[in-house]
Amino acid sequence: MSRPPAPYDGVAVCAPVTVPYARFSPESAHWWAGRALRQLAQATGLTARDIDGFCFASFSTAPDTAVGLTQHLGLSPRWLDHLPTGGASGVMALRRAARAVQCGDAEIVLCLAADTNHIDSFRHSLAGFSRFSQDAVYPYGFGGPNATFALITDAYMRAFDITREDFGKLCIAQRANAGSNPLALQRRPLTLEAYLAGRPIADPVHLYDCVMPCAGADAFIVTTPEIAAARGLAAASVLATIERHNAFPDDPVQLRGGWAMDIGRFWDAAGIGPSDVDTLQVYDDYPVIVAMQIEDLGFCQKGEVAQFIRRTRFDITGDLPLNTNGGQLSAGQAGAAGGFQNVTEGLRQIIRQPLGDQVPDAEIALISGFGLVNYDRGVCTGAAVLKALR
Amino acid sequence: MTSRTPREARDPLARKKARHTAPATRSRAMHAMSARAAQGRFVLQVCASCGTATYPPRDACPACWGELAWQDCQSGGEVLCETTIRTSTDLYFRDHLPWRVGKVALDAGPLALVHLHRDLTAGDRVQVRLLLDRGGNAAMFACPLPGDFDMSDPQLREFVVPVAGKTVLVSDARSAIGLAVVRALHDAGASLIVAGLAPPSRQSDRDHPVLRLAAVQPVQLDLTDQVSLSEALSKIGGPLDIVINTARHVRDGGVSIGGNIVEQRRAFEVAAIGLTRLAQGCGPMLAGRPHGAFVDLLSSDALTGSAHQAGFAAAEAARLSLLQAFRHEMRGAGVRILSVFTGPVEDEHHQSVPPPKVAPARIAAAIVEALQQGREQTCVGDVASDAMARWLADPALYTREKNL
Repeated sequence: MSRPPAPYDGVAVCAPVTVPYARFSPESAHWWAGRALRQLAQATGLTARDIDGFCFASFSTAPDTAVGLTQHLGLSPRWLDHLPTGGASGVMALRRAARAVQCGDAEIVLCLAADTNHIDSFRHSLAGFSRFSQDAVYPYGFGGPNATFALITDAYMRAFDITREDFGKLCIAQRANAGSNPLALQRRPLTLEAYLAGRPIADPVHLYDCVMPCAGADAFIVTTPEIAAARGLAAASVLATIERHNAFPDDPVQLRGGWAMDIGRFWDAAGIGPSDVDTLQVYDDYPVIVAMQIEDLGFCQKGEVAQFIRRTRFDITGDLPLNTNGGQLSAGQAGAAGGFQNVTEGLRQIIRQPLGDQVPDAEIALISGFGLVNYDRGVCTGAAVLKALR
Repeated sequence: MTSRTPREARDPLARKKARHTAPATRSRAMHAMSARAAQGRFVLQVCASCGTATYPPRDACPACWGELAWQDCQSGGEVLCETTIRTSTDLYFRDHLPWRVGKVALDAGPLALVHLHRDLTAGDRVQVRLLLDRGGNAAMFACPLPGDFDMSDPQLREFVVPVAGKTVLVSDARSAIGLAVVRALHDAGASLIVAGLAPPSRQSDRDHPVLRLAAVQPVQLDLTDQVSLSEALSKIGGPLDIVINTARHVRDGGVSIGGNIVEQRRAFEVAAIGLTRLAQGCGPMLAGRPHGAFVDLLSSDALTGSAHQAGFAAAEAARLSLLQAFRHEMRGAGVRILSVFTGPVEDEHHQSVPPPKVAPARIAAAIVEALQQGREQTCVGDVASDAMARWLADPALYTREKNL
């Protein structure tokens, strides 16, 4: 057993920014990144000179990386990181930036994810996503993530007693939560009848199980509590984080994610348990992944998520407010920003700056990320607990 | 076969259907897998140090970081889960939806995403075949266990070349091989076999029972004559699906000793320039077809040259070289270019060659089988199989041995 992680003393997370998503955008990812910085500056008064750390995530800046973005956006950071980890990039940016600040390598770290979505760019990004995908996934029907998660969903439904109605309850609750979020791309209420009647995409995945790709940007700042306070920024502390890649490689099908490898240590470090969580923000490209996270993060035993879903209310005023901005399923999946909106939304709820309705008395947010289907499963996972600094 | 599939009619007013091919970008390791799949092998990478079999193709063993080598492996497996893809952004698959895929736990160890035969579901035992897709790259296709399974699965048909109901051109139908090929195509249910006969026309051709079969249409065709080829192709009213190039000019003779320049030139005219003429004439016709294919019959001496039949072997080597380029050109159109290698044949050209020799009927059966299995490279008979094995193992040694 290796030593426990050091606590995140002296770290504050603040200044959530979401540039309103668009289904399609003719602009570049650089443009979306610029909008996020402009919005951040307007909300916080921060300038390029103040930012001395920069962590960037995107799929669509080619040929640029975070390096190109520094010059493009006029940043001169003394700490730089680039995350190619999509849906896990928000949690990973948070925990890297937290250690940089804690150790004094940087003081104000900008964590930013931006992606554009041109017409037809989804097809191109699929075709060149990974070497294993090129060799062994896309030539097989070119169903994209829909097909990959259809296989996972099929196996999950065979292994555990869970129905489309259970998945539907998650999607419907998230759509209800999106109702109060003016930035969500899909806000019209979803009924179980409509969910079940959605056209099949890749059996058993149907229309309302799928995220809508879009353009957008999300950002937040990691700094010290003193700096946040001096600038008048409401902030949160980090209780614990985990991260794991290529977990359980011998599992024939992904029925669990990397969280399950580290979850004991995660709650030990946080000093709290799942029942203390006020709002849950998980990665949700497909509802099967939401269900998997509910299990693997410790809200119920493996295989019992259907019962948990049936007895739990996931709306903003419910027992476990879930993806309170609507999640990607309703707000849209803005590329790597889709892996940041769990952080920005969880942070917003506990610092009481929600985009839509406020989760009553929210103090603690659990954020979970999942990303990068390299071959047959999501490879990157991570989670973090944030608690409001008052 | 009593009832023959009627020939496909073409609507002269309809806009031609655009043909697309499966996505084609692959890693170098995957191309190595495809090169073996082209030979009809089921291979995986196996670690030289720890014996772990791995898939998708990698450049290091994930268990011990040892060197990986391609090995023939067991092709059995079990379906773990399945899906039917109903939407795709890819033009090729959009033309073929719905498309079934599944995940298979291979008996050899790794997990593989596979094309799934329509009769299969989760929990089924399967045999996974490594076939070339319409882009020419290796793909895993899970079939029901060997036996009588449904070959008419529309997905499986994308990986093979059905013969029944097709229009086929045989470039030289007069030789023993050509006649056997025409007969085999007829028996396999081809709806029209255009049988090329080099002039002059002979009474014995008109009387030959094979050439008098109902589905056979003899035409005058000389591959060394552009006008003759154009006229022959113009007589094929309607679409042409498959071309089988049986033309060859077999003569003994060396280079400085016993070499006959006239015969050598003729060998090149038939085998090499003839292939180019045929490819230029037929390529565009095949490109518009849903299962277009071109089969070329080659001597295994094309691999190494032959001291005893130097001119013939050289012409066959040139033909092989041209065929590789033609295959590359047709890949984007989804037309399969199949090579069938043979050693000495039991025919008039090999009267003085001792056995083993390959019977023309066996070559014909191998050609039909190569089409129906979608196999890019086939060796018929012991001589060709032995030559290919030796050439793959040590080309320098085999070339030396062959020309001692």
